[in-house]
Amino acid sequence: MSNYHLDHLQHLETEAIHVMREVAAEFERPVLLFSGGKDSICLLRLAEKAFRPSDIPMPFLNIETGHEFPELITFRDFRAQELGAKLIVRTVEDAIARGVAVPSPGEISRNKLQTPALLGAIEEFQFDCCIGGARRDEEKARAKERFFSYRDAFGQWDPKNQRPEIWNLYNARVNPGENMRVFPLSNWTEMDVWEYIRKERLAVPTIYFTHERDCFRRGGQWIPVPPPHMDTAKPDPYAGARPKPSEPVRKLFVRVRTIADMISTGMIESPADSVDDIIAEVSAARVTERGSRADDKASEAAMEDRKKAGYF
Amino acid sequence: MPHTQHPIELLRFNTCGSVDDGKSTLIGRLLYDSKSLMEDQVEALERSADLTGGGQINLANLTDGLRAEREQGITIDVAYRYFATPRRKFIVADTPGHVQYTRNMVTGASSANLSIVLVDARLGVIEQTRRHTYLAALLGIPHLIIAINKMDLVEWKQSRFQEIRAEIEAFLPKLGGFRDVKFMPLSALNGDNVVDYSKHTPWYEGPTLLGHLENVHIASDWNLTSFRFPVQWINRPHQPADKTLQGFHGLSGQVASGIVRRGQPVVVLPCGIKTAVKEIWTYDGPLAEAFCPQSVTLRLEHDLEVNRGDMLVGLDGLPGRSTELQAHVCWMHQRSLQPGKKYFLKHTTQTVSAVITEIKSRIDIITYEPEPNPTSLALNDIGVIKIHTSNPLVFDGYGQNRLTGSFILVEQGTNATVAAGMLHPPSEAAKPEYNDFAI
Repeated sequence: MSNYHLDHLQHLETEAIHVMREVAAEFERPVLLFSGGKDSICLLRLAEKAFRPSDIPMPFLNIETGHEFPELITFRDFRAQELGAKLIVRTVEDAIARGVAVPSPGEISRNKLQTPALLGAIEEFQFDCCIGGARRDEEKARAKERFFSYRDAFGQWDPKNQRPEIWNLYNARVNPGENMRVFPLSNWTEMDVWEYIRKERLAVPTIYFTHERDCFRRGGQWIPVPPPHMDTAKPDPYAGARPKPSEPVRKLFVRVRTIADMISTGMIESPADSVDDIIAEVSAARVTERGSRADDKASEAAMEDRKKAGYF
Repeated sequence: MPHTQHPIELLRFNTCGSVDDGKSTLIGRLLYDSKSLMEDQVEALERSADLTGGGQINLANLTDGLRAEREQGITIDVAYRYFATPRRKFIVADTPGHVQYTRNMVTGASSANLSIVLVDARLGVIEQTRRHTYLAALLGIPHLIIAINKMDLVEWKQSRFQEIRAEIEAFLPKLGGFRDVKFMPLSALNGDNVVDYSKHTPWYEGPTLLGHLENVHIASDWNLTSFRFPVQWINRPHQPADKTLQGFHGLSGQVASGIVRRGQPVVVLPCGIKTAVKEIWTYDGPLAEAFCPQSVTLRLEHDLEVNRGDMLVGLDGLPGRSTELQAHVCWMHQRSLQPGKKYFLKHTTQTVSAVITEIKSRIDIITYEPEPNPTSLALNDIGVIKIHTSNPLVFDGYGQNRLTGSFILVEQGTNATVAAGMLHPPSEAAKPEYNDFAI
């Protein structure tokens, strides 16, 4: 019977395709969150496998913090166009202007403000389901997440009161105004994602590979030097995220392992310039992927708190 | 389909036991000793040890991710962990042992290949041991490990191990169903017999826990006998740029059991029309055959009106088709089962309305004996019920097929998932009229 045998990547793939087709069949207005990062790149290939030769039956959505790596934006736009998909972009900047998102005094990271911007977009388009690329192996609070994660009318996650999820029978029912977050990659690990990218020969943004970049040391991480402030009529969007005189700038060969935006992503020093190199590096790695995310380090329950408020 | 030279198998298992049996510690130990932990995770452990653990590393903190769990030192919800060895990748569901959270055990175990039931060597068999073993059997999990933990606290006495083993072996025959059962003497806290053999158990000749997880035979856990294909999504491209795709009518879904080959005759149920598979379409090109649990798109010889929720089946070993069903259910909600009330019933890819017409019995999980005619089933109760559905279900008994024999009940209004159901085998197979197409 060895011919009728799936390896682990094929198992993860068929599980994810099943989940995506459930979304297409059960929801009226689903959307797929596509940032251009490696996890959502896998989501797009899974969507192709789930729905071709038909069109992918949902638009893509990205919430920009305004601090994005330009390489990521270029890649995102290119890939969405290549697939013939509608890409909706909403920004934290706009959410602030409309008063939906309110920055805390002195806080430079826009990470927390993505939550109200996302909830604003969900309301604007009346989305009843958002597919995201989050994985349970990323973080302890995520380890408790369901495939179909129910959010109430405030977009909140209640970890103590999740719907039991049994077999492959997903309860997709929501009332108007409520919302489901669906995570087809729940059971994937960082290694699975890269192995899938290799197997499927998927293109990824160039910042995943080694390149020379100006960085400075902060919070035990190599933080990229933001682009220069050109339009001086406006306030510097990177104020506070620029190196201080006590933080010398160094030119290093670096790459990203996980991408938030430019001010919350630590670069890692690496010579990896191919997917094979990255896989070798991940298998030898001694720290987790999110070890380079400043946004998760705020406290032991940082992710749990953000998720309860409606963060992805 | 491309085959790698040494395919890595995927094993899903769950750990269950009572509070303080050391489930989370055991998973922490597996991760720690199999070197699946990263430096920042170990650092985070050490940080939290200073705060809550009195300086000693608490392996349970690896899996207890929610703040309330760490504060109370308990596991609230199913947590999933991932680790790999060169032979296998593992998905671990750490399922809580509290009585009130039994529903999470069902969540964590429903798709598992293997269950680990932990027993505290000092306490021996308790109510939770019997409940979890029963649930593992009820859910049709093929492989069972009884991990007798905290053996260090009973001086590693073989007699104590044998005593507990005998007590469990006395009731296992009442449950049936397991393909294999292993008993292991462990100390998760100290790592004995988890990844490395213990020097305290010269009398134990079985494998270590990890050794067994790596070697237990799981290739035949998938059902490859009768072909079942619940139609999940109708694949009809609108105005395809590729002219050859005009009129493409595909039925997308996941093979729930068996094997399907190009050209093979199939029956569409519940309507009973017979046709054949013209093409097995995938993004990566057409296939000559597809098997459980692959996700594919089937094209039929005839252009039939087929909907989500319909099922394609092979001609041999037909499933049942009925609106009158009998099933074991595990009740999972604070609001008890209300006979006569309408629920949504989701089975494979279809949702119908359902009324519970009779509660035949509630199972006493201590004696495993049925108590006849209870008035209701409350949270965590297991019982046998009769159901009437608005539309016929095409189904198999859960014992034959975990995917076409299972359902969930959803409360109308709140949309809460209130029960997990395991169907009894049909009293007779569907008798399609074989409306053969006049070709």
